[in-house]
Amino acid sequence: MKRFAALYQELDRSTATLDKRAALVAYFRDAPPHDAAWALYLLAGGKISSARRKVAGTGELRAWVAAASDTAPWLVDASYDQVGDLAETLALLVPEPQRAAPERGLADWIEEVLLPVANRDEVERREVVVAAWRGLPFDERLVFNKMLTGSLRVGVSQRMVQQALAEMSGVPIARIAQRMLGTWTPSPDFLRDLLSEQDLPGDRQQPYPFFLASPLEAEPASLGAVDDWLVEWKWDGIRAQLIRRHGEVALWSRGEERLDGRFPEVEAAAAALGVDCVLDGELLAWGEDAAGPLPFSALQTRIQRLKPGPKWLAEAPVRMLAYDLLELGGTDLRELSQAERRRRLEALLQRHPDPRLCLSPLVRPASWQEAATLREASRERGVEGFMLKRARAPYQSGRRRGDWWKWKIDPLTIDAVLLYAQSGHGRRSTLYTDYTFGLWQGDALVPVAKAYSGLDDKEILQLDRWLRAHTRERYGPVRAVDPVQVFELGFEGVNLSKRHKSGVAVRFPRILRWRHDKPAEEADRLDTLKALAR
Amino acid sequence: MHDLVQRRAEGLYCPAGRFYIDPWRPVATAVLTHGHGDHARTGMGRYHTSAAGLPILQWRLGQQDYRVHGYGEVFTLGDARVSLHPAGHVLGSAQVRIEADGQVWVVSGDYKRQPDPTCAPFEPVLCDTFITESTFGLPIYRWPDAAEVARDIVQWRDQCAVRGEAAILYCYALGKAQRLLAELKPFVDRPVYLHGAIAAGVEVYRRAGIDMADTRPVIDAADAVPAAATGFAGELVLAPPSAAGSAWLRRFRKAQQGFASGWMRLRGNRRRRNMDRGFVVSDHADWPGLLRTVRETGARRVIATHGDTHALVRTLAEAGVAAEALETQYGEDD
Repeated sequence: MKRFAALYQELDRSTATLDKRAALVAYFRDAPPHDAAWALYLLAGGKISSARRKVAGTGELRAWVAAASDTAPWLVDASYDQVGDLAETLALLVPEPQRAAPERGLADWIEEVLLPVANRDEVERREVVVAAWRGLPFDERLVFNKMLTGSLRVGVSQRMVQQALAEMSGVPIARIAQRMLGTWTPSPDFLRDLLSEQDLPGDRQQPYPFFLASPLEAEPASLGAVDDWLVEWKWDGIRAQLIRRHGEVALWSRGEERLDGRFPEVEAAAAALGVDCVLDGELLAWGEDAAGPLPFSALQTRIQRLKPGPKWLAEAPVRMLAYDLLELGGTDLRELSQAERRRRLEALLQRHPDPRLCLSPLVRPASWQEAATLREASRERGVEGFMLKRARAPYQSGRRRGDWWKWKIDPLTIDAVLLYAQSGHGRRSTLYTDYTFGLWQGDALVPVAKAYSGLDDKEILQLDRWLRAHTRERYGPVRAVDPVQVFELGFEGVNLSKRHKSGVAVRFPRILRWRHDKPAEEADRLDTLKALAR
Repeated sequence: MHDLVQRRAEGLYCPAGRFYIDPWRPVATAVLTHGHGDHARTGMGRYHTSAAGLPILQWRLGQQDYRVHGYGEVFTLGDARVSLHPAGHVLGSAQVRIEADGQVWVVSGDYKRQPDPTCAPFEPVLCDTFITESTFGLPIYRWPDAAEVARDIVQWRDQCAVRGEAAILYCYALGKAQRLLAELKPFVDRPVYLHGAIAAGVEVYRRAGIDMADTRPVIDAADAVPAAATGFAGELVLAPPSAAGSAWLRRFRKAQQGFASGWMRLRGNRRRRNMDRGFVVSDHADWPGLLRTVRETGARRVIATHGDTHALVRTLAEAGVAAEALETQYGEDD
């Protein structure tokens, strides 16, 4: 545990990517493989305690620490409000051990101590956790708690971990990334296979790491000739890879989750293709014979349903619009140019016309100017703007700038009043940075949106001070403030919603600016927002 | 029974003695607890101070009408018997004991319970009502041993040396800097470099006979200061927090930045300031220190002034002590 705690501390302290990567390389090189496998699992966002494998719930941890540190439960909550990070709060509240317990490796802690009590009675689980607190010094206690609460949050991206492993092993990062997709068991064997230079049978079961677009901030003309680019509509659905290998079909979301079973119509279409392939595209709810997709909220009703019944299949039928072909007949095509992959994709899907699995059409503007004009009609079409893909670029992995751009339409905006604030996490954990905004309905303000970002550090501090002095009421970590500050919010779309009190759900709201100039009475009305809903 | 100390627009006021304690607006008679800017301001007719605190006030406030008192020595203001007692916060810091109308009140000013080689240790004073600070009024605040932290600071400097970086440690120029230099003395083998704003305070402490690590000013002339030639690589440099992000930093070719403060107990605070390292050293009482002090004063009524008063007030109330909060204009710097 000491070694892993030291790694955590080094990663947490360092702000330089190179230093972080060096620390990771050193750790993976020197740590026992068993520990390294678990460290990789944790750094990649894996959880020790989950719904199916419960070691400690957050409510339990609060209760346990209250008893173990002789602190009133409300004082534990007040402490958590200030710290903003449960694992750190727990570590701070437990008294320093008189004598450190004997050292145990990371894998030992997890496999010998924590997992054996998973799903046991609370008494048993509490005993193990409290005993650990009593023996671990602060740095190790913090990491131990981070494992229990679920996320390390140490400023290390998946890609950085993969870069470190690639640097250490010489295995290409794309292969490492691919082998890490999906669910795996942290073990020395997994680590050995992950860093193996050979082709492994398992390599054929995995999706490819997704290539992600970056937002276009410059004028499109700066990208060069429009002919060098493939222009597609940017859909507001679920990005997914459809894999058909040896006749078997798997569907992966970009969140690396297997969606198998959730969208049987798409899987059926893939099975009917008659040829193995890997497609990259977008899942959308789309009524039969409709000209455009249903709103995202319709798709949302399908995401949670593991085996949707006929009612759902009829109400919100889902189709996949494919825009890339990554593999055909067992051959990896990612190094081919975008234009060539597109050509092969079109040929494949034209041989098998099926509305459930169809092409995402190309828009062929003659000039950037024409593209800009077409883009104006995005909202009516139910799309978010354009995707621009360089015709000669290969399919890369992760968010690499330069060859894939999303050129989104300007957001919708409203002026809303700040109603509630809550403290943020991580770097902003001691500040109130999570805000709830409302619009007028009659002479009442109805909450419509939560936003976490959009202010700069100076404004955050200024607002933090203001709202501490203008708090009307506190409900746990939430402060209700005087409703006088107005903010311009931008959002991508708005849907009617029965689940929201306001009757609408806004997509991706964020703060565009603080309207110091606007009194609260002049903020927008809820009806204005409803009129924008689809 | 009326309150011996009340809050007025000018500050905390004692009607029986017709004086203010650490007022934030000009008044005729002020009793000061210590020399930090939020407690000691110009514009008062007459200043009462501890003898040990006088040189600091002279440095910060210049020539004024000072009345100087030894710790524990009783003086009379109006109908009140007043005395100053060590608060352990910074050199010359004092609690104010007021006795009038058959009651004893103590105003703590800022204080801490940890040992500090640069000032007299806090002395519990029995009283009926205790007005306490609560800058760090939550149980997450518990201070590590300062000598351990000093060792960590030197270790950090040595790591910086390996990387060819200067180790710039931000700390408040009055009190914290001098305490660090005193704590560092047993562990450093070479001088610590000082930003100009800190050097002045160090000089005041040296003249008061406080034993601290050897120091040198940050001067760029390489013939006067050899370390300047290497951009102070491998050297420990103390600077006030205001120097962070300023042009003054340019002389250090490569540097890591650290901050010494009780606020560094939380990682979020360190990350928000973009510091490489946070060192937990505070001149305020931590949570156990606050509770212990209230207990030792024997006070039946406690008034918490600045800081997170909510948790302290509720905790004391649950323990049967009459506790309340009082809004002041004292800051929470540490």
